[in-house]
Amino acid sequence: MKAPPLEFHKPDTVEAAIAVLADSGGSARILAGGQSLVPMLNLRVAYAKTLVDIGAIRELAAIEDAGGYIRLGAGVSHARIEDGEADGHCSGMLRHVARNIAYRAVRNRGTVGGSLAHADPAADWPVAMIALGADVEVSGSNGNRKLSVEEFMVDVFTTALQEDEILTGICVPKASPDLLWSFQKMRKKSGAFGEAIAAVVHDPESGFCRVVAGSSAIGGPHRLAVLETALQEGAVDDGAIQDALTQTIGSLGRYEMQIHTVCLRRAIEEVRT
Amino acid sequence: MAMNETGIGASILRREDARFLEGKGRFIGDIEIPGMLDVAFLRSPLAHACISFIDTPDDVADRVFTAADLSDVKLVQPASKVPGHRIVAAPPMASDRARYVGEIVAACVAPTRAEAEDLVERLAPDFEMLPVVASMDDALSENAPRLFDEWDSNVSMETGFDSGIEEIVASAPVKVTRVLDMARQAMVPLEGKGVVAFWNERDDQLVVYSSTQSPHQIRTALCEALGLQQRQIRVIAPDVGGGFGYKAILHPEEIIVAALALKTGRPLRWLEDRFEHLTAGANAREHRYEMTAYADDRGRVLAIDAKLTTDGGAYSVWPHTNGFDAIQASGILTGPYDIGGYRVRTQTVVTNKPPLSPYRAVARPGACFAIECTMDAVARAVGRDPAEVRLDNLVKPEAMPYKAITGKEYDSGDYPACLRRAMEMVAEGPKTPAPGRLLGTGYAIYTEHTAVSTSTISHIGIPMMPGFEQAAALMQPDGSLELRVGVQSHGQGMETTMAQIANQVLGIEPDRVVLRHGDTGLSPFSTGTYASRAIVMTGGAVAAACDKIAVKLREIAAHLMQCQPSAVRLENGLLKGPSATMTIAEAAETWHFRPYELPEDVLRDGLEVTGGYRPDGDKGPFAYAAHAATVSVDPELGTVELLDYVAVDDCGTRVNPMIVDGQVLGGVVQGIGTGLFEESPFDDQGQPLATTFADYLLPTAAETPMIRLDHSETQSPYTRFGVKGVGEGGAIAPPAAVVNAINDALRPLGAELCAVPATPQRVLRAIFVAEDRAKADMETSQ
Repeated sequence: MKAPPLEFHKPDTVEAAIAVLADSGGSARILAGGQSLVPMLNLRVAYAKTLVDIGAIRELAAIEDAGGYIRLGAGVSHARIEDGEADGHCSGMLRHVARNIAYRAVRNRGTVGGSLAHADPAADWPVAMIALGADVEVSGSNGNRKLSVEEFMVDVFTTALQEDEILTGICVPKASPDLLWSFQKMRKKSGAFGEAIAAVVHDPESGFCRVVAGSSAIGGPHRLAVLETALQEGAVDDGAIQDALTQTIGSLGRYEMQIHTVCLRRAIEEVRT
Repeated sequence: MAMNETGIGASILRREDARFLEGKGRFIGDIEIPGMLDVAFLRSPLAHACISFIDTPDDVADRVFTAADLSDVKLVQPASKVPGHRIVAAPPMASDRARYVGEIVAACVAPTRAEAEDLVERLAPDFEMLPVVASMDDALSENAPRLFDEWDSNVSMETGFDSGIEEIVASAPVKVTRVLDMARQAMVPLEGKGVVAFWNERDDQLVVYSSTQSPHQIRTALCEALGLQQRQIRVIAPDVGGGFGYKAILHPEEIIVAALALKTGRPLRWLEDRFEHLTAGANAREHRYEMTAYADDRGRVLAIDAKLTTDGGAYSVWPHTNGFDAIQASGILTGPYDIGGYRVRTQTVVTNKPPLSPYRAVARPGACFAIECTMDAVARAVGRDPAEVRLDNLVKPEAMPYKAITGKEYDSGDYPACLRRAMEMVAEGPKTPAPGRLLGTGYAIYTEHTAVSTSTISHIGIPMMPGFEQAAALMQPDGSLELRVGVQSHGQGMETTMAQIANQVLGIEPDRVVLRHGDTGLSPFSTGTYASRAIVMTGGAVAAACDKIAVKLREIAAHLMQCQPSAVRLENGLLKGPSATMTIAEAAETWHFRPYELPEDVLRDGLEVTGGYRPDGDKGPFAYAAHAATVSVDPELGTVELLDYVAVDDCGTRVNPMIVDGQVLGGVVQGIGTGLFEESPFDDQGQPLATTFADYLLPTAAETPMIRLDHSETQSPYTRFGVKGVGEGGAIAPPAAVVNAINDALRPLGAELCAVPATPQRVLRAIFVAEDRAKADMETSQ
């Protein structure tokens, strides 16, 4: 369980990191907290000729109030959010999500940007950030671009990032103080990945409403738009949730259907009451 | 037995803890030998394959070794006296055929582990896939592929016992049948396995550091494999971070590293990593019990009829073979109950999985799970409280010593009192479930043959016979004491408890006693630490050696005090004569430094002795415990929260009650792992699916409630100080207690779970079955 030889870079600016990525011709990987990548390299199930450690890039560690949204640097650790550095937004949802990711040791090193860029279908941030309607900022050789997290998450372990691009920040829109949210994660035990995750966000003031489910079994975060409408119109029963899951994801085994349905129903109920 | 502040019964702090807490323990991974190279293995990626060719790049040919390079290594054969038992020893390296994922195919040697793994990656093996036997059902299916071409089936061993139960079968009013499954598990000691080996020219010895529970056993096996005399190998177990049985077997890596150290002339090291452990080491617990209980209409069990199938994996481990689990389970399946009829058949099958190995308490967690879930099912069938039904069935204290239908003799104890105490304690525990959750309480009780004896093992015929245990006691010139024992302490706290026993006999302060253990170069022979035996066997031997020292000290003192040795008493570390008192140190100093003060012919043999011990009549004492668990089940998600756990145990005299608590607590948490979380699943191609801790789930503090303990102390009539073993016990009952609690919670749904671990998926599946049955019943009735 030791990684093969690799080249290691630790640039201190985003530009320098992009330059290394551009030079590597696709054989480089960005190292953020390393909580997924390092074990995968050690197990030799992921390979990189070059590692670009972004831990020394100070601007990636910033948390800023940017007017209409709060901007989390991609290198902000789960632990900092758990400890309240992004409080005052989203009625405590960010803190709740952060606190329930894996174990504290993982949260100390793991980062929000790393979680999104890794695109594990069972990860928490992709589900939460889609539910909150967040955008990501991306920088590359051809300049900067901004896209929604939904667009960013292309598929299981696949994002919209180009070979020479780096995720720099996550922009979470500010919500009204009345924001209603629920984040339901069913797992086999503390610290384990979610077997089923459901996030519901509803801002009665703006009418913003998102229903998102995630897990390995359903292949990543999926918005369930039908339920977003239904939720605002009245009660949502298990049959409607099952139909929405089937329409969006396809057929599911009985166990998977049950746990996703229950997590979604509980999330919806919590927001509605 | 007088109780003193540091002797038997005192909860003194563990003397070994300071070095562990300060990070100063010395484990295999801490050992550095100049010029040492690391070994990494190419392991079979397929569960069943022909190995036709391993292409080795020319530039590294001298650093890559295959089975052909070990052709002079002799296969170490486990043995069995069970009629018809077919045993195939695991070859250190597969030569032409690999039979499980993780089986070693080649070894690569390099200055660092990373470079050795780089070498492994450059090898281009050519595997031809063979049909896979991935489960016990596969193994027994018609036209199943065969692991061994010369066998006519995949059945390795069959045993049976029948006390004659036909009459009960014909007449019993209640018959209950259940099929109960234990999943395959890995043992996951905190420290993985590891070996360092090098040749020491001056001592004419191969020195093997191994993270093992049984240094002398490993030496025996290595001598056989390498054709060396026993004096030519020294096996040293340094600090060992947990064993649990995983380190009581011979590992192929021990042979390979030792053989290659001889071949290359270089010190070599292999350290198991977690991936290796969770794949090639997924080797424990996989049993299936088909249980039928015959009872009267009050739930008094009259007979048990059982069929046990164990998944033995691909080969037989040395020394236990693949049959140890089945033999043990079938020998204890009636548990602590007075059951008059018993019939059992066992079948051990071979599959393309790692070889089944004994894990903490071996087959007892399985046997306890089987009988205790059956007991609950009987109680349900007769509509009575499961604890009350148990009380009616337990062996009564007045029946002790009790000869069970299995032939085992339960030496002492009050099983009903133990269960009643657990009932009382759990009744005081939390009883309020969260809204929408179901609450349940479950019980499990067991009796455990600890310090298993020669006569218990001899009929099985494995090449490891625990006979007399020995300890050397070397009184130093200043009166301090060095104890040398062949067992190995890897969490048991023996550096503390053996000093307490010396204190009990000699009155010597524990701080003036040191225990040397786990080193064949220092200690008398021992088969090692396993089977909850050390406090009974080694404790008895340490006491015997100290007895001899006491006689000698009194003789010295008698000469110096001018009285008869019989007039000298040894009290609190002082030698007291009719007219004078002297310290142990003074007596020891006199013999060593002032021999002129003693008559010429006194104590020619000095103050270094070896004492030997085994219990009276070669009887291993039975420890026992009753556990109770309260759980909260989410019936929609299948998740289980453990709200309360109670364990009431009796291990006879407790040498150090605090250490006993630690043993019980650790065992219970491991048992909770077996009951709720731990599982090594394989797919239908024999590929392991839990290869990291992301998938192999262990209990942590977050899943563990405050475990509440109580004890009674029923002294064994057969052992020194009345002690019984306690190392394994905690792990026996939790799977049964937890599942019985879950089933109590699921009762309103008509659902019942019959397998561990009780993952959400299994719990929900049980609920689905009940739902479907209810639906079908409704349709039928319409």
